[in-house]
Amino acid sequence: MGKSLFQKVWDAHTVRTLPDGRTQLFIGLHLIHEVTSPQAFGMMRDLGLGVAYPERTFATVDHIIPTAKDARLRPFRDNLAEQMTVELTESCKKFGIRFFHENSGNQGIVHVVGPEQGLTQPGMTICCGDSHTSTHGALGAVAFGIGTSQVRDVLSTQTLAMAPLKVRRIEVNGTLGVGVYAKDVILHIIRKLGVNGGTGFAYEFAGSAIEAMSMEERMTLCNMSIEGGARVGYVNPDETTFTYLQARPYAPTGADWERAVAYWRSVASDPDAVYDDVVRIDAREIPPSLTWGVNPGQVIGIDEPVPAPEAVPESERANVVDALKYMKLEGGKPIKGQKVNVTFIGSCTNSRLSDLREVAQHVRGKRVAEGVKALVVPGSQRVKEAAESEGLHDVFTQAGFEWREPGCSMCLGMNPDKLVGDQLCASSSNRNFKGRMGSPEGRTVLMSPVMVAAAAIRGELCDAREVFSLERS
Amino acid sequence: MALAQIKQITGRGVYVPGDDIDTDQIVPARFLVSVTFDGLGKALFYDARFTRDGTPKEHPLNDPRFEGASILLGGQNFGCGSSREHAPQAFHKAGFRAIIAESFAEIFFGNATTLGIACVSLTRPEIEGLVRAIAENPALAITVDVEHLEVRAESQVHKCQLKPSARDALVRGEWDPIAQLLEAKDAVAQVKQRLPYTSW
Repeated sequence: MGKSLFQKVWDAHTVRTLPDGRTQLFIGLHLIHEVTSPQAFGMMRDLGLGVAYPERTFATVDHIIPTAKDARLRPFRDNLAEQMTVELTESCKKFGIRFFHENSGNQGIVHVVGPEQGLTQPGMTICCGDSHTSTHGALGAVAFGIGTSQVRDVLSTQTLAMAPLKVRRIEVNGTLGVGVYAKDVILHIIRKLGVNGGTGFAYEFAGSAIEAMSMEERMTLCNMSIEGGARVGYVNPDETTFTYLQARPYAPTGADWERAVAYWRSVASDPDAVYDDVVRIDAREIPPSLTWGVNPGQVIGIDEPVPAPEAVPESERANVVDALKYMKLEGGKPIKGQKVNVTFIGSCTNSRLSDLREVAQHVRGKRVAEGVKALVVPGSQRVKEAAESEGLHDVFTQAGFEWREPGCSMCLGMNPDKLVGDQLCASSSNRNFKGRMGSPEGRTVLMSPVMVAAAAIRGELCDAREVFSLERS
Repeated sequence: MALAQIKQITGRGVYVPGDDIDTDQIVPARFLVSVTFDGLGKALFYDARFTRDGTPKEHPLNDPRFEGASILLGGQNFGCGSSREHAPQAFHKAGFRAIIAESFAEIFFGNATTLGIACVSLTRPEIEGLVRAIAENPALAITVDVEHLEVRAESQVHKCQLKPSARDALVRGEWDPIAQLLEAKDAVAQVKQRLPYTSW
């Protein structure tokens, strides 16, 4: 009987079974950032613990770092933000942890940096004190978010205690429609399976539509597994994976490369692997999608009306009424035409070079609508540099977008980029929770970067296929 | 590092309605700008509880009848979203020792268990029964019996769900696993040796 990638990786990293039945699991790569690690170092100080394997932890700053150039001068204007950054810097120095700081040329959102540096590799276990660590599963790793006490556990033992997950294979077969992206695929999956449908599961994404995706598209997909309740999401490694990794700074070289590729191939799920559940989705049924409510499962196609409370099952009605009230939307009416105040292209979901290229080709020569604040925040300094070498920054600024420095930016309202009042933001990020973007009344509508760009140009929620005359090439 | 064995929790309850209560609602991101977890108790559900100028809004946690509650009742997928441990830390610092919900998001569940907060599940009708009872009598004593997987309040007795590993960890006083993890240094080194990782 064959095994899934998840089972193979789990077994290979099992240290032992703990008295409570959980597995003590070895962690191959640990990523830390300024928000959830200072407290972990504090706990270790209290317990007198050191770092067990400092060479397997890497740090960067992303959550609180400002994205406006002049605001990045140190010390930061926000004293506490400065203190957190100093704390991380000093802990890295003390324990010999490599740190992609803001003057390194390699700083960026932790889930953009890991893969682009070649740190993220197939068959690894990867942890970070951030729920979007599932992103790294795109390369065939078992990667998941952890809390701060677990950051402490990984730092001091390179292991953590965890119960194994079940595995659900989600097959998406066929060709995606015009103007339908990886973001639409994952929004559609969450819509179908629910925001808690994945609880207790690792999601294995497969099928011809997934195999056809680039590595960066797979990252978008795996990134939002957690929004479907699945702590882990992954794609089996294949030629796309190996090609992506070749020649990256921390990828193996020479004879080590050949050995590594052979190993990476061996961790992919066996053809006769047994799954706890299998779901099949036809790629052709996935529309350009967007959220209308306050969780990432409240999704509709751009042509669909917002759900009416009376049309949903009784058990969901209260949640729908609450979401409509918060979003100031009327049930049964189209979402198209809703005015937007802010548009955000960025975040660990959609801030990579391919995202920026895709958007730039459509906005070239167009203008952001009057009164709309439009941000483009590249995912890392490397992404920014590559985009600038192609002149993408000029395309964006000429169209009226602000071109920022790398960081999490508006996605989570922890840095100066925040909504004000009940502003509505069309966003390429991953969470539309109440208050997520830093204003307790702020409203977030999630969609693909191209749809965000269309909203910026029109000044309202709209169909990118119409705005950009998208056709099959 | 001997930890308390958490076999049962008895206290008063408070119900926060709604499904998919995410950790951004539990602790808004601006309260994460700090190098410690101190003072998080007052950040709990802040934006739902207070206006911008700090004026209390109508919210169960602002209702004096439920002051001093140590058991929180919620809906489905409780604690979804961000992995921030600040969320269970805030509950703990505000005095909560158990959460009863229809279901929990996984990362929150793990983080809460590591702090010794028991997260047990009941069905919606069972939770509604408890909610009605505490609405009538906010001083009602609710017992979450972790050892025997039961929730009791006066005449109501419900079997509850809890992952066996979490139950064992709480009951044995091993809910924070650090001591166990530190024991296996040699076995960890062997696993590391065995894995064909790139050396950095």
